[in-house]
Amino acid sequence: MLERYLKLTRAEFILYLREPSGFFFTLIFPLLLMMLFGSIWGNEPFPGENFGYIDFAVPAFIGMVILTTGISGLTTSIAAYREKGILRRFKAAPISPLLVLTAELSALFVITILGMILLLAAGVIVFGMRFYGSIPEVIAAFVLSTLSISALGFVPASLAPSARSGMIIANVMYFPMLFLSGAALPRQMLPPFMKSFSQILPLTHVIELLQGLWLGGHIWEYPVQISVLCFVIVAGFAIAAKYFRWE
Amino acid sequence: MIAVDGISLEVSKCEIFGIVGPNGAGKTTTMDCIVSMRRPDSGFISVLGLNPLSQRRALLKKVGIQQQESELPDRMKVREAMELFSCFYGNSTDSTEILSRLGLSDKTESFFSTLSGGQKKRLFVALSLVGDPEIVFFDELTSGLDPQARRSMWDLVRGLRDDGKTVFLSTHYMDEAEKLCDRVAIIDRGRIVALDTPGSLVRSHAFALSVVMGIPDSFSEIELESIPGVLEVFREGGNVTARVRDSSAIVEIVKLLVDRKIELGNFHTEKSTLEDVFLKLTGKR
Repeated sequence: MLERYLKLTRAEFILYLREPSGFFFTLIFPLLLMMLFGSIWGNEPFPGENFGYIDFAVPAFIGMVILTTGISGLTTSIAAYREKGILRRFKAAPISPLLVLTAELSALFVITILGMILLLAAGVIVFGMRFYGSIPEVIAAFVLSTLSISALGFVPASLAPSARSGMIIANVMYFPMLFLSGAALPRQMLPPFMKSFSQILPLTHVIELLQGLWLGGHIWEYPVQISVLCFVIVAGFAIAAKYFRWE
Repeated sequence: MIAVDGISLEVSKCEIFGIVGPNGAGKTTTMDCIVSMRRPDSGFISVLGLNPLSQRRALLKKVGIQQQESELPDRMKVREAMELFSCFYGNSTDSTEILSRLGLSDKTESFFSTLSGGQKKRLFVALSLVGDPEIVFFDELTSGLDPQARRSMWDLVRGLRDDGKTVFLSTHYMDEAEKLCDRVAIIDRGRIVALDTPGSLVRSHAFALSVVMGIPDSFSEIELESIPGVLEVFREGGNVTARVRDSSAIVEIVKLLVDRKIELGNFHTEKSTLEDVFLKLTGKR
């Protein structure tokens, strides 16, 4: 059982890295954006603060990686499995479809960790990133965030009548979160009405939580963010359990 | 809409059993029900003593399936696919040997998407064998293969039977069913219309022989019909064909032609084939 799970996860992981667009948008694009903005704004502490741009950009770009694997990565893989009939081949082997799905999620999780490591390395090596938080708390928040955004990714995969429409819904979810929730651009730059709109985007809460913990906050100081993310997990997986179909 | 309607059949160990039928006859549906890929509305199925519905996983461990429509991820390599699927079945077979038997030895590092249609088909046959199955199911085993690849696939299937495996295959090539299968079920519109060895099917359902003669128009072929044992005579282009019950009628035909001093353009006999049986039984003539 464990051997099969590990082999499947490894296979899914390699397949994801071999897809140039997946590889680029998950691992390279966030890194490039962070390097670009970092070279513009540097990492000098803001006046009256003990942190600079990179110190809150690293957790924000980690949020971007979580978004890309959770929404785009998941929808693309499931669409391919469903429409191309790959699952039909797996169904003829003595394994459970649930194992295939779990392996898929695990592979995406490993990719997300890889993306995070690249961002941290660039932050530390190139910009001398500062970190004031507690590592276990950040790891807990990272796992919660990844689960939450993956649960959200199951919604288009479950509700859309076809792979094509699923991809469209996924994009409609992806781009507003990319630009409005503080992932690619700091939310502080948004006009006030956009800022309040962005509160309904789950990724906003991911990034607020990660940035807060990064700069020395504690988990119990973010009850709203944590409740929202937990709610998304429950709602997302409930919708998936009810509507998700393999074929 | 009923795709398969009351099919009943029994396959013995170590035989090559084929179902033949026109497209849409219900071959794939039948196979899907047997291998637990689809739930039948009613009926009873037992495979190796296992119930496909309640003992699905145990059954799938013991059978290998090559499906008509299936895919792998584009960027999965042949070798990786073999390794992955082989780990699903606990028992380890020699992937290298299976791939070389299917002529894929030089493709192990190729991505699935770069394989040709025939190579993909052979890979799926290879995948159906990685679990060292007791029964192998092949759905349209040789469609899309070139003649050489078809012949070597037939050799492979016979080799599987000689290794003690049972083969259940579907095809719409009649020559394939006739040459390869020990027993054949002809199905049409979801029902079995005949089931026997190819030889018996031909003997009991078709004319034994056809005599094809190049005879000038001046000779009226009606005369041939009066010969005992001649069942049917018709003219097609420059040739007259007489369907006869057995070879004794041929002797009479030759006598008649010699008596009349007919100059024959050509003269040969054709044995009936499974295709004739099939066309007769499925009314597609």
